[in-house]
Amino acid sequence: MPFERWFHLIPLRLRALFRRAEVDSELDEELRYHVDRQIELNVAQGMTPDAARTAALRAIGGLESRKEELRGQRATMWIEHAVRDLRYGLRILRRSPVFATAAIGVLAMGIGANAAMFALIDSVILRRLPVSRPDQIAEIRIDGYRHDFGIGDGFNSEITHPLWQLIHAHPHPFSGLFAWGSTGLLVGEGADRQVTGGVWVSGDYFPVLGVVPARGRLLNATDDQPGCGAGAAVVSHAFWQRYFGGRDSAIGAVLTILDRRFTVVGVAPPTFTGLEVGRHFDIALPICSVALFGKALEQREYFWLRVMGRLNPQSTVAQAAEQMRALSPGLFEATVPPGYSSESTARYRGYRLTVLPAARGVSRLRANYASALWVLLGLTALVLLITSANLATLMLARAVGREREFTVRVALGASRRRILSQAFLESLIVATIGAVCALPVAVLSSRAMVGLLSTSTNPVDLTVHLDWRVAIFTGAVAVATAILFGLLPAIRASLAHPAVAVSSTRGLTADKHRSLAQRVLLVGQVAVSLVLAVAALFFVRSFQNLIGADTGFTQDRVMAVNLIDLGAGQLPLEQRVAFQSTLTEEIQSVPGVVAASSSTHTPLSGASWWHSFILSIPAGERTGSPWAYVDPGYFSTLQIPLVAGRGITPFDTAASKRVIVVNESFVREHLHGHPPIGTTLRTFAEPGYPELSYEIVGVVRDTTYADLKEGKRSIAFAPLAQDPGLRPWASVLVRTSGSPSMVTDAIKQRVTRLNGGILLGFRELRVQLAEQLVGERMLAWLSGGFGVLALALASFGLYGIVAYLAGGRRNEIGIRLSLGSSRSQIIRLVLRDSVRLVVVGLAIGLPIAVALMRTASALLFGLTATDIGRLAEAVSLLVLAAGLAALIPAWRASRLDPSSALRAE
Amino acid sequence: MSRPSDLVQGTLDLLLLKILALEPLHGWAISQRLKLVSGDVLQVSDGSLYPALHKLEQAGWIKAEWKPSENNRRAKFYALTRLGRRQLEKESAEWKRLSMAISSVVQLPEA
Repeated sequence: MPFERWFHLIPLRLRALFRRAEVDSELDEELRYHVDRQIELNVAQGMTPDAARTAALRAIGGLESRKEELRGQRATMWIEHAVRDLRYGLRILRRSPVFATAAIGVLAMGIGANAAMFALIDSVILRRLPVSRPDQIAEIRIDGYRHDFGIGDGFNSEITHPLWQLIHAHPHPFSGLFAWGSTGLLVGEGADRQVTGGVWVSGDYFPVLGVVPARGRLLNATDDQPGCGAGAAVVSHAFWQRYFGGRDSAIGAVLTILDRRFTVVGVAPPTFTGLEVGRHFDIALPICSVALFGKALEQREYFWLRVMGRLNPQSTVAQAAEQMRALSPGLFEATVPPGYSSESTARYRGYRLTVLPAARGVSRLRANYASALWVLLGLTALVLLITSANLATLMLARAVGREREFTVRVALGASRRRILSQAFLESLIVATIGAVCALPVAVLSSRAMVGLLSTSTNPVDLTVHLDWRVAIFTGAVAVATAILFGLLPAIRASLAHPAVAVSSTRGLTADKHRSLAQRVLLVGQVAVSLVLAVAALFFVRSFQNLIGADTGFTQDRVMAVNLIDLGAGQLPLEQRVAFQSTLTEEIQSVPGVVAASSSTHTPLSGASWWHSFILSIPAGERTGSPWAYVDPGYFSTLQIPLVAGRGITPFDTAASKRVIVVNESFVREHLHGHPPIGTTLRTFAEPGYPELSYEIVGVVRDTTYADLKEGKRSIAFAPLAQDPGLRPWASVLVRTSGSPSMVTDAIKQRVTRLNGGILLGFRELRVQLAEQLVGERMLAWLSGGFGVLALALASFGLYGIVAYLAGGRRNEIGIRLSLGSSRSQIIRLVLRDSVRLVVVGLAIGLPIAVALMRTASALLFGLTATDIGRLAEAVSLLVLAAGLAALIPAWRASRLDPSSALRAE
Repeated sequence: MSRPSDLVQGTLDLLLLKILALEPLHGWAISQRLKLVSGDVLQVSDGSLYPALHKLEQAGWIKAEWKPSENNRRAKFYALTRLGRRQLEKESAEWKRLSMAISSVVQLPEA
C-alpha cells in the first residue's frame, strides 16, 4: 500500500531535507547512547575505562564512518550533497576568480558561437512555417525542371499560370491548393515611389494556410476573380508599421502600386511573413490583378508561380507525387507553349509533376548557403572541442594543485564517488554560467552573420530568435562541454590517495602515468587545430580565387545603371532602340564618364539568356550558348579585346544583315577548328524570338558570363538594335574616370530631364561581384577566424603542458645540469617529448582534414581537397606555432639554477 | 569488524521486525536482545545494526520515537508500524516455507 508508506516517509524526508542539523544531532545522540551503554557494560564486566571505550567503538566500527554511512542511507542525501557541492563549487570558483572568469569567458564565446550557428541553421533550415499544421503543406513542382525552358524571373519561378489553372481544375490529393509568385512592386507616386517586396497570391493562399489577420481581412477567393483589375491588397505587419505607422486607418486606405490604385483590406499577423524564409513580403495582391500589367496570365512559357497546397490527411507526399505524375501527360499536353521549335515542345511534353514536402517553406538562403552553414557549425563545434581540451588541461593542472585537498577529504572519509561528483559539479557550474553568458553572444553573432549574408540586391529578412530548440541545443552543448573538460580532471581528483598527502615530495623523474591524460589531450588539440587550420586556409584561398578570378573584362570604375519603367513599353520596337541609344548618349555626355553602353546583359549579375541554334559549319547538331544583346560601345566600355574580325557597329541595325560576335570559348566549343568569321547560325524559334540567321563577324577574348563560379564560357553577342524582343527596361554599363559614385547624381539629373518617370539604380561591378560571394566571404572570414583561434588555443595548451612537464622534472633537470649536461641538451630533453606529441597529433589530424575538405569540396573553388600547397602551409603553420609555444618553457627549464632546484627538495 | 554470516544478513530484517513486534526498543537494547536470543550462533555486529534499522525506517516498516530510557537518558525507541507488521507476517511465512523446504532436502536419507 504505497499511500501508507508515504504517510511515514514524507515527514521523514522533509525533516531530512529541511532540519538537517536536527537529524544529524539525533543520529549522533543515538550512536553515542549505544556506545555509552556498551562502555558501561564493558566496565561492569571488568574492563578498564579506556579499554571499555576502545572495545565499544571498535564494535560499532568507528563512530564517524558509521555516521557517514547512515547519512548516506538517507534517500534525500543526493539532494543534500548536490546543494552542498554547489555551494562548495561556487566557493572554490570565487577563490580563484581569474581562472573562473577566463574559463567562463572562453566557454561563453565557444558555446555562444555554436548556439549562434545553430540558431541560424534553425531559422534558415529547420524551422517550420508559422501556419497551422505546417507538416501538411506540400509543393507541386516539375520534376527536374532547372529553368532550362521558357522564361522565368528568379527563385520562385516554377509553374506557368495556365498550368496552375489546369492543375487546380483537376482532381488532386490536396484539401486545398494555392499559387503564389514573388515580385518587386513600385509603391507610391512620382519621386516618392519605392520598391517593395510583393507577392501575387491565388484566392486560396491565406485560407489554405490558415493565416489569421491582425487587422481587417485577408484575401480570399472572391478577390481573385478573372478581370478583377485593381482591387484588394493585404499588407504585411512590418509594412503596416513602416508605411502606415501601425494606424487602423490603413484599412481602406488606397495604395498606388505600379500606378494603379489598390485598396488595403487587411494586415497579416506579425508571425506570417510569407512562404520564403529569409525574404519577407510587404504587399500581397490577388493573381488576377497581374492582367493589368501584362500577359503573364496567358503566357504558357512564362514560369513565375509556385503551386503549394495542404495534403489530404490520408495522403502521403509519395502518394500525392505518384498521383500528380500520373496526371502530368494530359496537363502538359494541354498547355504546350506556342512558338517553340518541335524539339523544345517535345521536351515540354516530357515534363512530369512531382510533390515535395514544404513544411519549412522555400528559401534561396537555404538553397545557397545550407552546406556552408553546416560546415560552419562543424567548425564552431571543433573550436569548442579545442577550447574544452584546453580547459581540461587547465583543470588537470588545478587538480594536481589541489591534490592535498582531495587526499585530505578521502582521508576524512569522503567516498570517491562524492569527490568525483563534486569535482565534476564544479565543471558543470562553469559550463552552465558559460552557457548563460553565451546567449547574448549567440544573439549578437547570429545577427552579425545574417548581416554578412545580406546584400542590397538580395536583402535577408531573418529574425533569428532563440526558441526552445536553440535553448535545448545550448544546454546540451554546455553539458557535453562540461563532460569533455570536467570529467577527466574529476576522475583524476577522485583517484587521490591518502598516503600521498602525508609525503608530498615530487617524484625524481616525470610521472608518465600521471600526465597521460594531458598527453592525450594535447594530441587531440593538435589534431583538431590542424583540421581547423586546413579549413581556414582552404576556404580563404577559395574565396581569394573567386574574388581575384580573371573575369576577362574591366571591373574597376565600372558600374551598371539600371533603368526601370522606361515609359517605352508603349513605344514601337524601332523607337525603343532609338530611345535607348539617346539615353546612352545622354549618360555618355556626363563629365567623368569615359564610356557607356547599354545591353541586355550585365556580367555577373546572375541573369542569363540562352539561345538554341544550328551552325552552318559544322552542320547538323543542335546546340546553344549564353547570349547577350549589346550596343556598339559594349566591348570598349568593358575593355574586352577583339581577337578577329570586327565588333558591333552603329551600322548593325534592325534593317541590316543580322550579325553576331562570339568569344574564343564559343569558337572552341562549337566550331571545332572551322574558321569562325563568315559562319552562320540559325536560332530556334521561341515566343517573341522567331527563327533567325546570324553571321559571325568577329571574335572577342573570353569573359565570365552570369556566374563567376562557372568560369569563362561561350557567349554570343548580337547587336542590341537587332533584339527582336527589346524590353521596357535597360541596363547601361558606365565606365568612369574617377569614382563611379561621383557621377551618379549627374546621371540621375540627365535621365530624369529626359523622362521623369524613369527610376534609376546604380551598382558598381566590384560591389556586385562581392555580393555574389557573400556566402564564400562568410565561410572564409569565419573559418579564418576559427583557424587563428585554434592555433592560439593549441599553442597555449602546448605551452602549458610543456611548462607543466618541465616543472615536474625540476629535480631531474637539476641533477642533469649538475652532472654536466649542457643547456641545449636540456632543451632537447624537454622538447623531445612534445615534438613526439605534435607529430602524432598532425598524423591523426591530416587524414581527418583531407576527408572533411573532400566532403566540403562543393564549396571549394579553384582547389581540391588534396591541395598539397595548402596542406603543407597548414602543417608548417601549426609546427611553427607549436615550436614557439614549446620552446619558451623548454628554454626556461634549461636556465634552471641546479643548486636551487635541488635545494627545493 | 565481524561480518554476520550470509544467512543472517538475509534475515536480519526479519529478526529485527520480530524483536520489535514484541515491544518497542532502542538500538542498544535491540543489540542485547539479539545476542540473548540467538546466543553465539548469529553474530550481528553493532556496526550493521544501525544501518539495518535506518533502512527499515526508510521503508516505513518501523517508526522511531525519542523516549526516556531505563537509565533516564533519552533514547531512540523503534516500534513496528502497521506496514511493518504486515511485512513481518509475509517474511516469516516466507522464512517458514524456505526453512521447511531446506530441512526436508537436508533430511533426505542418503543412498
